[in-house]
Amino acid sequence: MQNKNERRREQILRISGVNPLKCMRCGKCSATCPSYDEMEYHPHEFVYMVETGDLEPLIHSASIYQCLSCMACVERCPRGVEPGKLIEALRLTVIREKDGNHMTADTIPAVIDDETPQQAIVSALRKYTK
Amino acid sequence: MQVTEYKPLIVAFCCNWCSYAGADLAGNNRLSYPADVKIIRVPCSCRVNPMFILRAFQRGADGVILCGCHPGDCHYTTGNYYTRRRMALLFSMLDYLGIERERTRVEWVSAAEGAKFAATMNDFVAQVAALGENKRLEDLRCKK
Amino acid sequence: MQRIGVFVCHCGTNIAGTVDVKAVAAALKNEPGVVFSTDYQYMCSQAGQDMIKEAIAEHHLGGIVICSCSPRMHEATFRKTAAAAGLNPYMVEIANIREQCSWVHKDMAVGTEKAIILGKAAVAKVNLNTPLTPGQSPVTKRALVIGGGIAGIQTALDIAEAGFPVDIVETKPTIGGKMAQLDKTFPTLDCAACILTPKMVDAGQHENIRIFSYSEVTAVKGFVGNFDVTIKRKARYVKEDVCTGCGLCTEKCPQKKVPNEFNLGMDNRRAIYIPFAQAVPKVATIDPDYCMMLKSGKCGVCSKVCTAGAIDYKAKDEYIEEKYGAIVVATGFNPISMEKFDEYAYSQSKDVITSLEFERLTNAAGPTQGKLLRPSDGEHPHTIVFVQCVGSRCEACSEKGKEYCSKICCMYTAKHAMLTRDKYPDTDVYVFYIDVRTPGKNFDEFYRRAVEEYGVHYIKGMVGKVSPEGKKLHVQASDLLAGKQLHIDADLVVLAAAIEPDRSARPLATMLTASMDTNDFFTEAHPKLRPVESPTAGVFLSGACQGPKDIPETVSQAGAAAAKVIGLLCKDHLTGNPCVAHADEMMCNGCSTCERVCPYGAITYVEKEFRMPDRTTKLRRVASVNEAVCQGCGACTVACMSGAMDLRGFMNRQIQAEVDAICK
Repeated sequence: MQNKNERRREQILRISGVNPLKCMRCGKCSATCPSYDEMEYHPHEFVYMVETGDLEPLIHSASIYQCLSCMACVERCPRGVEPGKLIEALRLTVIREKDGNHMTADTIPAVIDDETPQQAIVSALRKYTK
Repeated sequence: MQVTEYKPLIVAFCCNWCSYAGADLAGNNRLSYPADVKIIRVPCSCRVNPMFILRAFQRGADGVILCGCHPGDCHYTTGNYYTRRRMALLFSMLDYLGIERERTRVEWVSAAEGAKFAATMNDFVAQVAALGENKRLEDLRCKK
Repeated sequence: MQRIGVFVCHCGTNIAGTVDVKAVAAALKNEPGVVFSTDYQYMCSQAGQDMIKEAIAEHHLGGIVICSCSPRMHEATFRKTAAAAGLNPYMVEIANIREQCSWVHKDMAVGTEKAIILGKAAVAKVNLNTPLTPGQSPVTKRALVIGGGIAGIQTALDIAEAGFPVDIVETKPTIGGKMAQLDKTFPTLDCAACILTPKMVDAGQHENIRIFSYSEVTAVKGFVGNFDVTIKRKARYVKEDVCTGCGLCTEKCPQKKVPNEFNLGMDNRRAIYIPFAQAVPKVATIDPDYCMMLKSGKCGVCSKVCTAGAIDYKAKDEYIEEKYGAIVVATGFNPISMEKFDEYAYSQSKDVITSLEFERLTNAAGPTQGKLLRPSDGEHPHTIVFVQCVGSRCEACSEKGKEYCSKICCMYTAKHAMLTRDKYPDTDVYVFYIDVRTPGKNFDEFYRRAVEEYGVHYIKGMVGKVSPEGKKLHVQASDLLAGKQLHIDADLVVLAAAIEPDRSARPLATMLTASMDTNDFFTEAHPKLRPVESPTAGVFLSGACQGPKDIPETVSQAGAAAAKVIGLLCKDHLTGNPCVAHADEMMCNGCSTCERVCPYGAITYVEKEFRMPDRTTKLRRVASVNEAVCQGCGACTVACMSGAMDLRGFMNRQIQAEVDAICK
C-alpha cells in the first residue's frame, strides 16, 4: 500500500513536472482560484498534500473534477510551482487507474446546454479522458 | 462701546529637541494657531520647574502647556518620564487649588509633528478660552 | 544690568510681511537694559552680521537679542558673530519671530504684538545671562573593549589598526566567544573557525592590542575621554608569559571528570585545560574548583610535567588600573536556560539538545569529532526534529521566555537542517516553525535551498510535547496548514533556544551608568541615527549586547563602533557644552536626590570643608557636577529641594524672567 501510494506520487510529479518543495505556502493559488467555493481541497492543499504524500483524500474528492483548469494559479504563483498542472496530473492518474474515461461521448450531451462555451467542451475532452 | 474679544494668555514650554522643532515645523508649513500662545524654549521638558508654572498662573497666565518628546524618544533618555510624573502631581494639586485641569496640559509632540503642534495649540486655546480668565491664582500685586 | 542691543530681522518679507519690524525695534528700545535697537533686511547676511559687530563695539554691548528665525536655524551663526566681536557667545539670545510668529499668524497687529512680547522675553533673559566658557577635558588615547567575541575582536582590530592602543577584557581563558563554538556559518557555510581564528591570532599578535583573558572589569570611574577602570585578573595559576601552550599538563592531569564548558558539558576536560586548540592566548588555566592541588594540596602533577615551569599554585587575583578614553561594550549573548520549557523534555533526555549543543555535535573539534551521534547512546539519529522559537516571541510567559525574536534561529536551523541532510541523506529532518524569518542578503535563498534542494520538511506549527519513550522521543506537534496533529518518533530533538544578553551586562551597565532596556540589552543613543553609541558619552556598543545579531551584522556594528571610538580618540581635547548643571554648594543640603535622577551619572557627592559664620569649619557633603558628563537636561534642577541646582544658560531666574515678560 505504502509503495503504491509512493509510486502514484512519483507518477503525479513526473507527469506534471511540478516540484512541490518549491511551494512557500503563500496561498496565492487558492486566493486566485475561481472555483474555490466549489472545492473541498484547494490548490495550495493539493500541493501540500502531494508533498506530504497524503493522496487518498484527494483521489476520492470531487475537487479534482471541480478544478476548471483555468491555470490562473499557474500564472500567478510567485514560486513557479504550477498547482494547476499538479491537479491535472492527479486527475489523470485517477482516471487512468479507473481505466476508463470520467466522461464518455454519450454522457456529454446531457450536461451541456447552449450556454456552455465551446472551449469548456473541448477542454473537458482533454480533462476527463485518459 | 466696543467689546474686546477675550484673549487667553497661554504659556507653552517646549523641549528643544522635539516640540520646539515641531513648533518650528508648524511655522515652516504655515499652519496657523492663535497668537495667544507664547513659547519658551527649554532643553528638556524635565527642566520645567513647577515653580515656573505657578509663577505663570500668578502673573496672570490663563493656561500652561508643556510639550516634550514622545515617551521613549527623549533626547536625554528619561527626561519626559520625570515630566509626566511631576506634572501629574502638580496638576492635581493645581486642580485642588482651583486651577481647572483644562488649563494645564502635557502633550508629546515630535519634531515631525508640526500639524499636531498646531492642532494641539488650537484645541488648547479654545479649551482655555471657554473657561475664561484665570483669577484664582492671579496675584493682583503683579498687575500693572 | 547689561547693555543690550536688539536687532530685528525682516527676513525679506518673511517676517516683515506680518510683523511691523520697525515697531518691534522701537518698542524693545524702551525695555530695561536696551541701549540700542535697530532692524535690518537680512541679519544673517554678511552685512547684517557686520552691523551687529559694529554695534557691539560702538555701544559696548554686553548682550544682544536677535529677533529673527528659529534659534535652531541661526543661533550658531549669531554666536559666532558675537564671538568675533569679542562678546561671549552665550550672551546672545534669539527671539523666534519667524517660525513661531510671522509664519503662523496672518494679522499684522497680532503678529507685531506677539513679536514684541517674544522680544521682551528674550531681553529679560539676556539681562540675566552670564558669560559661559565650555570646559575642556583631555582624552586618554587608549580604548577598552569589554568582551572578546567576534564583536570585541573586530572592534579592537579596527581601533588598533588606526594606531590607538586597545585592551580586550575577556572573562573566559580565551577570546573567541560564541563564534569559536560554531561549526559553519550561514548563508555561505564557511567554517567558523577558519574565518575567526585568523582574527584571533591577529588580535593576539597586534602590537596595539593587549588581551586580558580570564579577567573582568570590576570598577569604572570617570567620564568620556577619562575613564579609570579597574580590571580583575583572576588567578589562572599558570604564568601567562612563561606557559608555551604545549598542552602536556592538560594530558597528564589526573582529574579527568570536569564538565567541558566549551563543549557545553557534553564531554569532560581536565582540571588544567586549554579551552580549544586555537585558543588565544594559548595558555593553560587551572580550574580551582576541581584542581586537587589547590583544594587539598595533594597532586602537583602539572607542575612536575611542565618543563617551562609555568605553574604557580600560589597565584592570587590581581587588580590592575588603567585609564581609557573610550569603552566599547561587547558582552554578547547566551542561550536561555531550558529549565522552564520542560514540555520539550530537555532535562529528561540527553537526546533533546539546544542548537548550540548541536553546533558542538557537528563540529570537527567537538565531543564526537564532528560525527552527528546521539548523546545518549552514540548512535546515528535517523529522524531529527528541530523546534524553532523556544522561548522567543513569548509574550504571555515572560517569566519563562523572551518577548523578542532572537533573530538568528531561523537561519542557523536552516543551516543545521541543510547540513544534516547533506552529510546524512538517510535522515528525515523536520523543522517546526511559527514563521520563517529570513531578512538578509542571500538568507531567503538559503532557507529555500534547505527546503527545495535538501528536502527538509518545514512544517508550520509548534511542537507541543516531547516525551521520551524507550530509545525514541515521541514528538507531538501540529501541522497548521494541514489542520492535523502530527506524531513523530524522533531520535534527536534540537531546540532553537532564545538568546539573552550575557549576565555580566547588567552589573557592567550599572558601573558604566549606561542604560539598558527591560530585556537587559544596552540601549543605543538613538535607535536610527546613533545605533552604536550608548547614551552615556564615551561608551559604545558592539554586537549582540545591543540586540540579537548574526555575524555579518555584528561585524558591521563592531566596525562602526570602532569608527566612533577612533573619532573620539583622534581628539586631543573634548569641548563640552557649557549649558550644564551647577550646584550652589552653600545651598546644597546633601540629600542625593539629584544624583538619583541624573540619567548620566554626572553628579557625585563630595565632602568639603566650609567656613561657618562663627569662624569654625564644618565638613559638609555637597553635590558636584562633572561638567564633561552632564548633558544639560535639567532634570536635577527640578528635583533639587534646596534650590541649589541650576542649569547654566537656562537658569531658574532666566526662565522665570521669560515667564514674567510673557505674562506682563
